[in-house]
Amino acid sequence: MTELFAVEDLRVQFSTPRGQLNAVRGITLSVRAGECLGIVGESGSGKTVLWRSAMGLLRGRKVTRTGSARLEGRELLTLTPKEVRQYWGTHIAMVFQDPMTALNPVRRIGSQFVEALIKRKGMHKDAAMARTIELLRLVRMAEPELLVRKYPAQLSGGMRQRVMIAMAIACEPKVLLADEPTTALDVTVQAQVLELLSDLREKLGMAMVIVTHDLGIVAGHTDRIAVLYAGEVVEMASTLDLFANTKMPYTEALLKSIPRLDGTSTDMMEVIDGAPPDPMAETVGCFFAPRCKYATDKCRHEHPELVDDGTGHFYRCFYPLGKQS
Amino acid sequence: MTDVMSTAHLRPVGETILRIENLIVEYASRAGRVRAVSDVSLDVMGGETVAVVGESGCGKSTLAKAILRLIPSVSGRVMLNGTDLASLTGEALRCARPNIQMIFQDSISSLDPHLRVRELVEQPLKVWGRGTDEERRAKVDELLRSVNLDPEVVGDRKPTEFSGGQCQRISIARALSIEPQVLVCDEPVSSLDVSIQAQILNIIQAMKKRYGLSILFISHDLAVVRAISDRVYVMYMGKVCEVSTPQRLTSTPAHHYTHALVSAVPIPDPTVGRRRAVLEGEPPSPMSPPSGCRFRTRCPAATEKCAAEEPQLREVAPGQFVACHHPRV
Repeated sequence: MTELFAVEDLRVQFSTPRGQLNAVRGITLSVRAGECLGIVGESGSGKTVLWRSAMGLLRGRKVTRTGSARLEGRELLTLTPKEVRQYWGTHIAMVFQDPMTALNPVRRIGSQFVEALIKRKGMHKDAAMARTIELLRLVRMAEPELLVRKYPAQLSGGMRQRVMIAMAIACEPKVLLADEPTTALDVTVQAQVLELLSDLREKLGMAMVIVTHDLGIVAGHTDRIAVLYAGEVVEMASTLDLFANTKMPYTEALLKSIPRLDGTSTDMMEVIDGAPPDPMAETVGCFFAPRCKYATDKCRHEHPELVDDGTGHFYRCFYPLGKQS
Repeated sequence: MTDVMSTAHLRPVGETILRIENLIVEYASRAGRVRAVSDVSLDVMGGETVAVVGESGCGKSTLAKAILRLIPSVSGRVMLNGTDLASLTGEALRCARPNIQMIFQDSISSLDPHLRVRELVEQPLKVWGRGTDEERRAKVDELLRSVNLDPEVVGDRKPTEFSGGQCQRISIARALSIEPQVLVCDEPVSSLDVSIQAQILNIIQAMKKRYGLSILFISHDLAVVRAISDRVYVMYMGKVCEVSTPQRLTSTPAHHYTHALVSAVPIPDPTVGRRRAVLEGEPPSPMSPPSGCRFRTRCPAATEKCAAEEPQLREVAPGQFVACHHPRV
């Protein structure tokens, strides 16, 4: 399969009054055409900074980006803001966590759509409105003709998120980036939105990236998953393999900390003690070692590399799980 | 509107600490009055965790606020140890409040940003004039330690320096400082990462044991509720539609809405496969709720009877009550 979107050794540093903050520390990953990749990590793991910097959304004097991020072979990091904007919407589109703040509250839904279609696709106003209604129908909104006259505040969270998805697919992007698309939504609505995203991906042949902190959400909707910790990929494998043959102790701990409906309810839940390392500090050894129950002296002094077990299952651990040591 | 008393699920008065009977809460809006909590009865026994689950807008947070008298109720009783909070006013209400405390979803904004952690936790004790300066200081240190915070490290810092999980722990310490009997938790972990969620839930569990607390736990997350509660109430559009044990709720839900909620929960296992979202559409407008059963407009089993007659809570299995004409069990 061809690589549509590829990030190579991407590093992102922020200059802060306290010093350099390492948000992303050398991440390499790729998204193939038509594939759905899940990027999973806790707050501060660098998952949002990763894709935002790759997309050219994070830039300025305080941000240092090295490495490369290519879309269909074209380097994005060296593009000017004006050039990179050409790619937004038409090649790569985004759905954000908070659909309330992503929409303009003082303009009707229809006019926000029409503007984008006129600008990007050079459509006429009437054609753009017709297309808007068609798109809203595609995301299963009832009565799209009435909806275009409404303001964002008149819609529920789930409806707003579907409007955002309709906007994101308006210019038929090749990659759809969804950052915590369902975190702000109720479970029933969350299920609707995830179903919708999966259906649209099949229908339009898009590739998709779902960025989330919840392994449960990506389990049923992704082909591959990359687990991030402290700005690094610590495990990356096909979704089935990741769950069946978890190799990283961190991934195992994350999975165990999710309360499950089908599990046995016990008195206390498993927790990952401690907190992720300070992104300002230079850490030696494995970043997860201070919280890892299997850590040895080697883990505390040497930093493990990301290795492939031969089947495309990558992990960053000296003592992977499921292997006799 | 007919209000039939639906209290079959309540337990004997003597066994309960908190007992809410036929509570009704309304909000005024431009288009008229909205009944956010419509005839809800609920009870909590000593040392028990009772959870209320439901989607946004089902009235679960309104219920919590009305119990604490943070908002007024139209009618109904809120009995705490035999005293009706809903009938109290002024000083009598103030004196009843230390027995029931609350923690909120957004812990960072629920803490005064100008106060230091020690002052925050000490404040309720000062307000109520409990103990001497030294006793209070020792108590604050003990509370902070019990929520896994080191008073030496965090005591003199301000809430803005902490993460959401840490602020929630400070809120818990603050709420428990005056030793309430009942702690009301309104979505305490919904804005936290999964790994931090588990930490906070464990702390709530530990504090419950340590202080013999009764807990009313408001959440939209069935998996969280299942992990920590003894009894679960499911709410839809201001009404209780099912009361059950957490195990039965997920294994054999009786109400069609509960079934939809349960099947929408993502399972962290790719081999289980994708389950179709059984619930389509949005809840109807709370301004004009459907006649009869409020869920009938989205219910796969709805019949004419559901439109004509409002179902009342009745027992379908030991400890399981459902308000449905055509229950699944």
